[in-house]
Amino acid sequence: MHVHKYERWWMLFGTCMLVVFLTIIGVAAFLDNINPPSGMQRIDPTRVAQTPPFDSPGLHKRADGTYEAYYVAQVFSFTPATLTVPAGSRVTFYVTSSDVVHGFFIPNTAINMMAIPGWVNEQTHTFDRPGEYLLLCHEYCGIGHQNMFAKIEVR
Amino acid sequence: MASDAQLRRENRVVIAHVYTSTAAIALGAVFGVFQGFARTSVFGAPAWFDYYRILTLHGVLMALVFTTFFITGLSLFVTYRSIPRARSLTMGWFGWWLMVAGTAMAAVTILMGDATVLYTFYAPLKASPWFYVGATLLILGTWVVAFEIFENVAYFRRNNPGAVLPLVVFGAAATFLMWLIATLGVVAEMGLLIPWAFGWTKGIDVMLTRMFFWYFGHPLVYFWIMGAYLIWYNIIPTRYGGNTFSDALTRLTFIMLLLLSTPVGIHHEFMEPGISSGWKMLHTLTTYGVAIPSFITAFAIFASFELAALARGKRGFIATVASLPWNDPVFSGAGLGMILFIIGGFGGLVNASYSMDTLVHNTIWIVGHFHVTVGGPVALSFLGAAYWMIPRLTGRALWKPEWALFQTRLWFFGMLIMSFSMHFAGLLGAPRRTAEVGYMGAAAAQAWQPLMLLAAAGGFFLFASIITFAIVAIGTLVQNEKTEPMDAVFATPADAAAPTPGFLQHLYRWGAVAIVLAVLAYVGPLGELLRHPGYLAPGMRTW
Ligand code: HEM
Ligand SMILES: [Cu+2]
Ligand SMILES: [Cu+2]
Repeated sequence: MHVHKYERWWMLFGTCMLVVFLTIIGVAAFLDNINPPSGMQRIDPTRVAQTPPFDSPGLHKRADGTYEAYYVAQVFSFTPATLTVPAGSRVTFYVTSSDVVHGFFIPNTAINMMAIPGWVNEQTHTFDRPGEYLLLCHEYCGIGHQNMFAKIEVR
Repeated sequence: MASDAQLRRENRVVIAHVYTSTAAIALGAVFGVFQGFARTSVFGAPAWFDYYRILTLHGVLMALVFTTFFITGLSLFVTYRSIPRARSLTMGWFGWWLMVAGTAMAAVTILMGDATVLYTFYAPLKASPWFYVGATLLILGTWVVAFEIFENVAYFRRNNPGAVLPLVVFGAAATFLMWLIATLGVVAEMGLLIPWAFGWTKGIDVMLTRMFFWYFGHPLVYFWIMGAYLIWYNIIPTRYGGNTFSDALTRLTFIMLLLLSTPVGIHHEFMEPGISSGWKMLHTLTTYGVAIPSFITAFAIFASFELAALARGKRGFIATVASLPWNDPVFSGAGLGMILFIIGGFGGLVNASYSMDTLVHNTIWIVGHFHVTVGGPVALSFLGAAYWMIPRLTGRALWKPEWALFQTRLWFFGMLIMSFSMHFAGLLGAPRRTAEVGYMGAAAAQAWQPLMLLAAAGGFFLFASIITFAIVAIGTLVQNEKTEPMDAVFATPADAAAPTPGFLQHLYRWGAVAIVLAVLAYVGPLGELLRHPGYLAPGMRTW
C-alpha cells in the first residue's frame, strides 16, 4: 500500500496531537486527581429517607474542616432546597435519587453529575467566590423537569 | 446491464427509503423550530404545547428515522447500481415495511403521550410497551437491509472470483457490518425493556440499560458519519471532475471506523456512578483513536481537491478552493457540511475528554455540538446527495436548482448561528432537554437568555431551509417531465491501477476483530455492574 509522503507527515502530526491530548488528560487524572465522579456506593432508593446519612440531608462539617453535603433528588425537587455554605469551603456533594434519573449541576462550578436511583454519586468543589448559585436538574425526569432546581448561598 | 424495467423496480425501493427519510427531516424541523422558540424567555411555550412530547418526536424523527432511512436508501442504491444483476427486491421492500411499521408504532405512542421518554428512553421512565416494540422493529428492518447488502457482496464475490469489491459497496457493507454489531446493544436493551413494560418482569437494572444504550448510542453517530463519508469519497469527486484520492486509504478509513465505533460508548457515561474511573479512562483513549480515520479523511479530501485543481492548472490553497463547484447544490451540501464538521471536531475533543466533559455534560453545548455534526455535515451531505439521487431515481431533472443551492447555504448559516449560540449558552450553564430555562429569574439564568433567542433565530433559518428543500423536491416530481438518463457514476480512485492490499479486503475478518474489541472494552464495566445484583426499578410515568 502506497502512502504519500505528505500524508505520512500529516499522520505523524495527527498522532503527535493525539499523544499530547492524552498526556494532558493523563497528567490531570493521575497527578492532579481530576477525575469524573464515579461513586461506587449503592443504596436502596425506596428507603433513602431512612438510610443514614441521607436521613438528614444538608451540610455536615468534617473533622478536617471540609464539608459534606447530602442531597436527595426526586421528582421535581432537591432536598435540601437551599443550602448555605461558608465562602472558601471545600464541599463534597453526595447525591442519590429516590425515583428516576436526575441531573445534579451547578453552573460556574465543577459540579456536574448524574443522580441514578440505586447509587450514590459524589463530586467535590471549593467555593471561593461568595454569591448565590443555582443547582439544577439537567436530565429530563418528567413533566416538571424545568421546575427542578435549588439554591446554594455562599457567604 | 440491468434492463430499464429492472432499474425502475430497484429505484422504487430506494425512493421509498429516501422519501421516508426526507419526510422525517421536514416534520422534525417543524418541531425543532417550536422547541427553539419555546426555550426563549420572550416567547416561551404556549400552554397547549407539550415540550417533552415534541422533543421526543424531534429526537426520534431526526436521530433515528431521517438518518437511518437515508443510509438504508443510499446503501441499497449504491449496491444495486454497482452490482447489476437480475435480483429479487423482496428484502429491500421487506426491510422498508418493517422500518415503517416500527416507526409508525413508535410515533403513535409518542403522539398519544404514552412515550414521553425522549429518544434515549432512559429507564426507569416507563413508556408504553409498543414504543419499545416499534423501535425494535425499526432496528430489525435495518438488519434486513444489512443482509440484502451482504447477500449482494456474496453474489459479487461468487461471480467475480479474484475481483476487488467496488469501493462504494465496500463502504456500504462496512457501514452495515458496524451497524449490525452496534445494534446488538440496543436490541439487548429492548430484551430487558419490553418484558418490563408489559409487566412480565418486576424491575429493571437502570445502569445496565444505560450501558446497553450507549454501547449502541455512540456507534449510531459513526453510522451517520460513515453515511456521509460514502458520499464524500464516492460521489462528491464526480462533481468537480476529480477522483477519490486513494482506494486503499478509503478502505482503511471504513475499517477503522468499524473497529473504533463500539469500544468507546462509556464516554457518554463519564458523569455516572457505578463505573470506575479506570474504565472511563480506557474509553477516553479509544475514543481519541477516531482521530486517525478523521485525519486520513481530511487529507484525502483536500488531496482530491488539489489534484483536480492541478489538472486544471490551478495552484495554491485559495485557487484550489475557488475552483470547486460551490454553485452546485450537490457539492455545496457536502462542501459546506465539511466546514461545519471542522467546528464539530473541535467540540468533540472537549466532550470526549475525560476531565473537560464536566464543563459541558448535559448542557445545551452538547445540543450545539450534535447539530453542528449530525445536523450539519451529515444532514447537509444527505440533502445534497438527495439532489443527486432524485434525478437518478426518477429520471426528472432537479426543479429550480438555484433554490436548492440557496437551501444548502441557508442551512449552513442557520446552523452556524444556532449551534454557536447553543455552544456558548452551554458554557454559561444552560441545560439541555429543558422546556424553560429561566429558573424564576435566577441570576445565572439571566446570562444565557439572549443566546437562547439567537439560537431560536438560527432555528428559524433552518426551518425556512427545509421548507425550500421540500419545495424543490416536490416541484421536481410535479413540474418536471421524465427526460434525464438515470445512470449513476461513482468516483474512481486515483490509484485504481495499484492492487488493493489483501488485508483491506477481508471485511468480515475485520468484523470479527471489531467484536473482540467491543467485548474487551465492555467485559470490565459490565462485570463491575453485574458483580453485585443491583436495585431493580419498577418503572414510573412522570409525565
Ligand atoms: C430545523 C432544524 C432544527 C432545529 C430548529 C432544531 C432545534 C432543536 C432544539 C431547540 C433542540 C432541543 C433542545 C433541548 O435540549 O431542549 C433539539 C434537539 C435535538 N435535535 Fe434538533 N433541530 C433541528 C434539526 C435537527 C437535525 C437535522 C437533527 C439530526 C439529524 C436534529 C437532532 C436533534 C436531536 C437528536 C436532539 C436531542 C433530543 C433530546 O435531547 O432528546 N435536529 N433540536
Ligand atoms: Cu429533571
Ligand atoms: Cu459518542
